[in-house]
Amino acid sequence: MKNVKGLKDRLVASRYFSFGITAFLFIVLYVIGMMNYRGFLKPQVFCNLFIDNAALIIATVGITFVLLIGGIDISIGSVVALTCMTSAQLLANTNLGAGVVTVIVLAIGLLFGLVQGWLITEFDMQPFIVTLAGQFFARGLTAIISRETIDITDPTYTAVASARVYIMPKAFISVGVIIAIVTLVVATLVLKYTRFGRNIYALGGSESSAQLMGLPTKSTKIATYMVCGFCSALAGVVYSLIMLSGYPLHAVGMEMDAIASSVIGGTLMSGGVAFVPGTLLGVLIQGIIQTFITFEGTLSAWWTRIIIALLLCVFIVMQAIIVRNRHRITSSDK
Amino acid sequence: MEKWKKITSSHLFLPVFALALLLIFNAFATPGFFSIEVQNGQLFGRIIDILNRASILIVLSMGMTFVIATGGIDISQGSVIAISGAVCCYLIGGATDGTAQMPLFVACLAAVAVCAVCGVWNGFLVSKLKIQPMVATLILMTAGRGIAMLITEGQNITVYYKPFTYIGNSIPGSPLPTTIYIAAAVVLLVVLIQKKTSVGMFVQAVGINAEAARRTGLNVTAIIFIMYIFSGMCAGVAGLMESSMIAAADPNNAGLNMEMDAILSVALGGTLLTGGRFYIGGSIIGAITIQTLTTTLYALGVSSEQLPVYKAAVVILICLLQSEKFKKIIERKSLNQKKAVKQV
Repeated sequence: MKNVKGLKDRLVASRYFSFGITAFLFIVLYVIGMMNYRGFLKPQVFCNLFIDNAALIIATVGITFVLLIGGIDISIGSVVALTCMTSAQLLANTNLGAGVVTVIVLAIGLLFGLVQGWLITEFDMQPFIVTLAGQFFARGLTAIISRETIDITDPTYTAVASARVYIMPKAFISVGVIIAIVTLVVATLVLKYTRFGRNIYALGGSESSAQLMGLPTKSTKIATYMVCGFCSALAGVVYSLIMLSGYPLHAVGMEMDAIASSVIGGTLMSGGVAFVPGTLLGVLIQGIIQTFITFEGTLSAWWTRIIIALLLCVFIVMQAIIVRNRHRITSSDK
Repeated sequence: MEKWKKITSSHLFLPVFALALLLIFNAFATPGFFSIEVQNGQLFGRIIDILNRASILIVLSMGMTFVIATGGIDISQGSVIAISGAVCCYLIGGATDGTAQMPLFVACLAAVAVCAVCGVWNGFLVSKLKIQPMVATLILMTAGRGIAMLITEGQNITVYYKPFTYIGNSIPGSPLPTTIYIAAAVVLLVVLIQKKTSVGMFVQAVGINAEAARRTGLNVTAIIFIMYIFSGMCAGVAGLMESSMIAAADPNNAGLNMEMDAILSVALGGTLLTGGRFYIGGSIIGAITIQTLTTTLYALGVSSEQLPVYKAAVVILICLLQSEKFKKIIERKSLNQKKAVKQV
C-alpha cells in the first residue's frame, strides 16, 4: 500500500504531470466536440486552431523562457503591435522589400529585449516594473507612428499571407503556422541540448546556486530577455500576416494569454520548470474553447474569458499542490 | 551638506521633487494652471480637476500599498473596478424616468461587498494555497471583466438616477467634488488604523520575512488575507467613483489598466515592490504626481494613445534613481572624481 502511494506521489511530482493532464483534457475536449458538432470532424478545424493561434504560440514560447528564469515580461502584446505598425509603416512609405522590413523589425525586437534585460540585471530593477514600462513605451510608440490603421498592401507580403500549404488533401496551414512550429522545435531543442538551455534551467532553479557554480548568470538573463523580445517580434510578424495592417490597439493583453497558456502547459511561475511542447497544448486548449463557443453560437464571447480563467485556476491550484507534494517527497527521501 | 543629504535620502524626497517639478513646469507652460474659479458655490480649475481624477487612484493605491507591503501584488484591481460598477448600476437599474430600483446606499454597499468577496478569493489563493500573488490575481484579472459582463448581460447600463452621479461629481452646494471627500476619508481611516493599532508593523514584518514573522507568533495567513480583502474593497470604492463619473457601467473599459497606475503610484512613493517598508504618504503623492503628469501632457496636446511613452520614461527614471546599484555606481564615480581632484 505504501508503495502504491509512493508511486502516486512520484507521478504527481513528475515534470510531465501537468503536461499529461493538459494533453488528456485537450483530447477529451476534442472528442466531446466531435460528438456534438459535425464540424469538428473536419481536419481543417484542427488546422485552424494552429492558424488562428500561430502568433500566440510564438509569444508563449518566448514568455516560457522568461518564466523559466523566474522573471516576467508583460511587454509582449505591445511589442507585437509595434512590430505590426513598423512593418506597415515601412512597407507603405519606403521602398524597402518585405524581407528587409522583416529583418528590421526582428532586430527591433532583439534590441527591445536587450534593453529590458540590461536594465533588469545591471540595476537590479524588478522585471515586472521594467517590462511594464516597456509595455507602455511600445504601445505609445505605436500610436506615435500612426494613430490610424495602416494597411499592408505589399504584394510579397500579401502573397505570403494568403499562401496555403496543404498537409492533407483537404487541410491546409499558413506560413505563420510553419514559423510557429519551427520556433517551437528550435526552442525545445535549445532548452534541452545546449549549454544556454541548461544555464537557464539552473538559473531558474536557484540563481545564487547558479552563480556560485560559476555560471554566467548575468549574460544568460539578458539573453533570455532577448529571446523573449525576438519571439514577440516574430509573433508580431506572424500577427501582421493575419491582420495585414498596423493599428495601435493590436494584440492588447496578449501577454496575459501567453502567460496563461504557458502555465496551463505546465510552466511553474516560480521558475525552473517548463516543458515547451506543453505550452503548445496550453495555447490549443484556449483555441478549442473559442472554437466551442463559436460553434455553439448562443454563448457570448465573454464566456471564453471566464472559462479560460477557470482553467487557469484549476491548473494553478494543481501546481500549488504539486509543489507542496514535491517538497514533502524530497524531505521524506532524506 | 549633511542636511542636504538627509533631505535627499528621505523617501518622500523623490515623489515630492517630481511633483514640484511638474507644478513649476505647469506654472510657466500652461497659463491659468493654478487659477480656481467659483461658480454657484463650486470650485472649478485644473487643480481641482487633477485632485478629482487622482482621488480614484489614491483610493486604489491605498489597497495596493498594503498588498505590496506584504510582498504581494494585486493586478485584478482594474477588473474588480468593472465588477463594482456593474453591480451598482445593475442594482440601481437603467430606468429612463430617473428612478432607482434600490436605494443608492444599499447598491453601493452591495457593490463594495461583492468586491470584498473578490478580495477574499485573491486572499484565499495567496495566503492559503501559497500561490504566487501575480498568478493568483491574474485569474480574477482574466475573469473579472467577463463576470462584469455577465452581471450587465453584455451591455453598458446607463443610469439616469440623479443622486448616483453625485459620487463621482459634486453634491449640489458642496464646494469640492465628492471624490475628494471619499479619498480623504479612506486615507484618514488608513492613517488612523496605522497610528492606533500595530497592523502596519505586522504587515511590514510579513513583507520583510514571512517565515520569521510566523515564528514570532504573527498570524501571517490572516494578515495577508485581510490585506487582499482591503485591496478588493478599495477597488470597489474606486469602481463606484469611476462608474458614477460617466453615470454608467462599462465592463469593457472601466478601470482598464488602472492597476498598473496604482502599482506605479506605490513604486513612485518609495515603497519597494519586494515588500517590507511602505509609505502611505508616498503613495498619495505618487498618485497625484501621476495624475498631474497625465493632465499636463494632455494640456500639451499629447493624445491619450501616445501618453504611455512619457509614462514609461518617468517609470524607468524613477526606478533607476531608487535602484541601490545605480546609487553605488554614482557614488563610486563621485568618489573617483574627488580622488582625482586630490591628486592634482
